[in-house]
Amino acid sequence: GQRSSESATSSNQSFAIVSFKWDHVKEPYIIVLWILVASLAKIVFHLSHKVTRVVPESALLIVLGIVLGGIVWAADHIASFTLTPTVFFFYLLPPIVLDAGYFMPNRLFFGNLGTILLYAVIGTVWNAATTGLSLYGVYLTGIMGNLKSGLLDFLLFGSLIAAVDPVAVLAVFEEVHVNEVLFIIVFGESLLNDAVTVVLYNVFESFVAIGAANVTGIECLKGIVSFFVVSLGGTLVGIFFAFLLSLVSRFTKHVRIIEPGFVFIISYLSYLTAEMLSLSAILAITFCGICCQKYVKANISEQSSTTVRYTMKMLASGAETIIFMFLGISAVDPNIWTWNTAFILLTLVFISVYRVIGVVLQTWILNRYRTVQLEIIDQVVMSYGGLRGAVAFALVALLNEDNVKDKNLFVSTTIIVVFFTVIFQGLTIKPLVQWLKVKKTEHREPKLNEKLHGRAFDHILSAIEDISGQIGHHYLRDKWSNFDRKFLRKILMRRSAQKSRDQILNVFHELNLKDAISYVAEGERRGSLAFIRSPSTDNMVNVDFSTPLPSTVESSVSYLLREKAGPVCLDMQALEQRRKSIRDTEDTLAHHTLQQYLYKPRQEHKHLYSRHEIMHSEDDKQDKEIFHRTMRKRLESFKSTKLGINHPKKLNKIHKRDRGQKRRNSSVIPNGNIPSENPVQDFTLKEKDLEFSESEENNDYETLHLGKGVDFLANVTKQNFTDNPAGIDNPVFSADDDHSIYTKFSPWLSSEDTVVPSQRARVQIPYSPNNFRRLTPFRLSNKSVDSFLLADVPEDRPRTFLPESTHM
Amino acid sequence: LGAPGELSPPTTALFAPPTVTSEQIEHLHRRFKQLSQDQLTIRKENFDSIPDLEFNPIRGKIVHAFFDKRNLRQESDGLAEEINFEDFLTIMSYFRPIEMNMDEEQLDRFRKEKLKFLFHMYDSDHDGKITLQEYRNVVEELLSGNPHLEKESARSIADGAMMEAATICVGHMGPDQVYEGITFEDFLKMWQGIDIETKMHVRFLNVDTIAHCY
Repeated sequence: GQRSSESATSSNQSFAIVSFKWDHVKEPYIIVLWILVASLAKIVFHLSHKVTRVVPESALLIVLGIVLGGIVWAADHIASFTLTPTVFFFYLLPPIVLDAGYFMPNRLFFGNLGTILLYAVIGTVWNAATTGLSLYGVYLTGIMGNLKSGLLDFLLFGSLIAAVDPVAVLAVFEEVHVNEVLFIIVFGESLLNDAVTVVLYNVFESFVAIGAANVTGIECLKGIVSFFVVSLGGTLVGIFFAFLLSLVSRFTKHVRIIEPGFVFIISYLSYLTAEMLSLSAILAITFCGICCQKYVKANISEQSSTTVRYTMKMLASGAETIIFMFLGISAVDPNIWTWNTAFILLTLVFISVYRVIGVVLQTWILNRYRTVQLEIIDQVVMSYGGLRGAVAFALVALLNEDNVKDKNLFVSTTIIVVFFTVIFQGLTIKPLVQWLKVKKTEHREPKLNEKLHGRAFDHILSAIEDISGQIGHHYLRDKWSNFDRKFLRKILMRRSAQKSRDQILNVFHELNLKDAISYVAEGERRGSLAFIRSPSTDNMVNVDFSTPLPSTVESSVSYLLREKAGPVCLDMQALEQRRKSIRDTEDTLAHHTLQQYLYKPRQEHKHLYSRHEIMHSEDDKQDKEIFHRTMRKRLESFKSTKLGINHPKKLNKIHKRDRGQKRRNSSVIPNGNIPSENPVQDFTLKEKDLEFSESEENNDYETLHLGKGVDFLANVTKQNFTDNPAGIDNPVFSADDDHSIYTKFSPWLSSEDTVVPSQRARVQIPYSPNNFRRLTPFRLSNKSVDSFLLADVPEDRPRTFLPESTHM
Repeated sequence: LGAPGELSPPTTALFAPPTVTSEQIEHLHRRFKQLSQDQLTIRKENFDSIPDLEFNPIRGKIVHAFFDKRNLRQESDGLAEEINFEDFLTIMSYFRPIEMNMDEEQLDRFRKEKLKFLFHMYDSDHDGKITLQEYRNVVEELLSGNPHLEKESARSIADGAMMEAATICVGHMGPDQVYEGITFEDFLKMWQGIDIETKMHVRFLNVDTIAHCY
C-alpha cells in the first residue's frame, strides 16, 4: 500500500532511515490534536477561578473555537473541521446522554414524569408550531425580503430550533445549582423532547421533499402516529437493552476487568439500534441508562463501578468540550453565512417569547394537578433555561440543500441562536438565579431519622391510598417495588447483591464509617489510637437504654458502650490526654470499629450537576494522605491498642466530621491474584455518597467543631478466622490465642513507647479497604495474611451486615 | 348513614377551612360503605379485607392509628372499638394536601396536626413520649419488609436514630441526666428544616378512581 509505494519512490535514492509520513497519520492525528487542544483549553480556563465563576465554560469554549477557526481560516483559507452531523450524532452525543441517564435520580425523575412529559411533548410542539407559523406570517408581510421558502420550510425550521438542548442545559445548569426539582424538570424535558424533535423534523423534511402540494391528511395522520411509534419504540428499545445489560452484568463476576466495557457497549448498541430502526435514539439510550443503573450498580464490583463512573464522566465531559469548541469553529465558514436581519432577529424574539408563554400556560395547567406548585420564579428559570444547542445545529446541518433552498440562512440563524442562548443566557442565568433567590439545592448531612421517617411516610401513604381506595403515586411505587423485589431482582441481580440493598442500612453504614474514619483520624492527630475520652460534662447525651439485652453478637458498639461493665479507667495518662485535647472525641471503644466486620454496602454517587468533578470536595487527597499515615501508625502501634472491655458508662457526643464524608477513590489494582508482597502505593478509600453533602468545610482537624452528628459505632463482631499457613507471623499476636488478653490489657495503660512494629507494618500498608473486613481480621488472627487474601475474595462471599455466623 | 348531602354540614365543620370537597367526601363515603359492608361503623377486622394492605410492614400501626382516640380528637385516651364515617373522615383529613391560600398560622397548625398524627403512631403507649423501646418497635416493623435484615441490625439502627434525635433535641445534658424519650416538642424540633406538608399527603383525586375492591 502506501508504505510500499513510498519506499518504491524513495528507492531511487538510498534507503531512508527516517521518513515523514504525514499522510499516513493525518486523520487520526488531527482528531487527537483537536481533542488535545480542547482539553488543554479546559485546563487553562479552570486556572482562573474568577473567570469560570462568571462565564460558563461552554461560552469560553465557543469563543475559543471561533478564535481557532479564525486562525485556521486565515492561514489556510479553508474551513477546517466542522461539526459534521455524523460525528455529532454517532460519537459525541451518546456519551453525554448516557451519562445523563445512568446517573439520573430515578425517584425524582419518575416523580415528576408527568410534568416533564407535558413540557417535553406539548411544549416542544407548541414552540415549533408557533415559531414556524409566526416566521411564516412575518415572511408573508415581506419584511424578510425574498426567500425561497414556503410554509413547510418554516415549519421545518421551527421544529429544529424549538427543542431545548440537553447538552446546553447540562452545561449551564451545572454551574448554577438550582433546586433539584427545577433542574430535573428542565433537564428531563430536554432529554425527552428528542422524540418530538425527531418526528417533527423527519415529517417536515419529508413533506418538504415531496413538495407542499402532495401533503395530504393521510400524511399528517401518519406523522402523528409516527410520533407514538418513535417515542414508545425508542423507550422500549432502551428498556430491552437495559434488561440485557443488567442480565449480563450479573454474570461478569469472573471477568471483572472488562465489566465496565459492557455498560458502554450495550448502551451504545441501544442507541445505534434505535437509530437503525429510525426510532428515537436519545430516548433509547436515556432509558437504557435509567433502567439499568440500579441493577448494574448492584452487580458489578466496586472498582468496575468506579471505572464506569469515571469513564462516563470523562467521555461526557470530553464530548461536551469538543462539541462547544467545534460549534465555534464551524461558525467560521464564510460559505455558509447568509445574513437576513429580520429573520434572525425575529427568530430570537419568537423563540424567547413563545417559550415564556408556553411555560406559563403549561404551568398553570400543571399546578392544578401538582402537589408541589411551580411558582413564578420557577417558571422564570424554566423559560430562561430553555437553551438551544448543538442538536439544533446538527439537525440544520443535516438538511438537504436541494430541498431546503434556504439552508444557509437557516444554518446561520441556528448558529446565532445557539451562540446567543449559550453565551448570553448562560452568562446571565447565574446572576438571575441569585437575584430571584431561587431555591438552591440543599446539602445536608444525612440524618438517620429522616431516612426512617421517610420510609415510614412511604408506607403510611401507601396504606392510606389503599384504604381510601385510590390508585395514587405511592400505590404505584409500592407495586413497582414489590414487582421488582419479587421478579426483577431475582433475575437481574447477583445473589449476593440482592440481600444487601436497603437505603436505611446504607445511611446507617455511612454514618458508622464516618465515625470510624474520624476516629482513626483523631487517633492520627493524637499520635496513637489509645486515647480515651473521659466522661465529661460537656457534650454528652444520655439516652435511657434501660434494658440491654444480653446477646453475644452485638451489631453496634453503642450497645457495648451502654453496658455497665467494670470501672472506668481514669489513670493519669488518660487524664493527661484529656487535658491535652480541647474537646472530646469518640469513645475509646470505637476501637472496635476498626477491628470489626463492617458491613459495606455499595456506595452510590449523586451526580446531578457535576460534569467536571466527581469528587465532592477538594480535600480528598489530604484525607487519603492522612488516612494512609494513620493506618501505618496504627499498624505500628497496634500493640498499644489492645482493648479491654472497660468502657465508660456514658456515651459521648460526636462532632461534625466532614472529612469523613470526603470522596475516596478505590485503588486501581487489577483484580485477581495479588501477591502479598505488593507494596500498595496508593492507599485509597471508597467513594461515598448517598445523601452526603458537598462539604465545603475546612479540612482542618483543629477546627472540628461541635456539631450535631452522633457517633454511630460500627458493627462489633468477633470473628474467628482460621489460621492460614502463609502470611507473616504477627509476633504480638502469636501469644494471644487466649482472648482474655483483652480483658487484662487496656489501651490506656500502655505507654506509647512499647510499640513494636509488626512485620507487616514494616513491609506494607494494608491494601485498600474496599472491603472493610480487611481491617477486621487484622487484630484477631495470628497471621496477617488473612486480611489481605480475603481482600480478593470474589463476591460470592456475601456482604453481610453481621458476621458469618448469623446467616443473612 | 344517609345521603352524603346530609353528612356534609357537620363534617365540613370539622375541617376548618373546609378542604375536602363534597365529591371527595362522597367517594370516601362509598369506600367506607364498602369496607364496613354497609354497616354504620367499621372495626379493625374490616381492614383485613384490603388485600394490598397485607404487604405493608407497618400495617398494624396504621390500622391502630385509625382507632386511636387521640387522632379522633376525642378527649379521652385509648382505643376506640369502632369508628363511624365521621371518624374515618377525620383521620383522612390528616392527609389532605395544603391549599394555596393558607396563611402562616394555618400552615403551622396544619403541620403540627400532621406531625401529631405521626407522633401518635410512634408513641404506642400513649404516654406522650417516644421511648427507646417504642422507637425500636417502629424501626423493626419498618424494616421487617426486608427479609434479609436481622432484628439486631434494626435495633441498632433504632438506637442510632434515637441518639441522633437526642442530640438534636437536647444537645447538652449533665452526666446524671438521662434522656427519657422524644416528646412532641422534640419531635417538632427534629422536623424543623423539612417541609412535611408536601411529604405527608395523599391526593384525593376528583375523578372516579378505580376503587380496587372486590
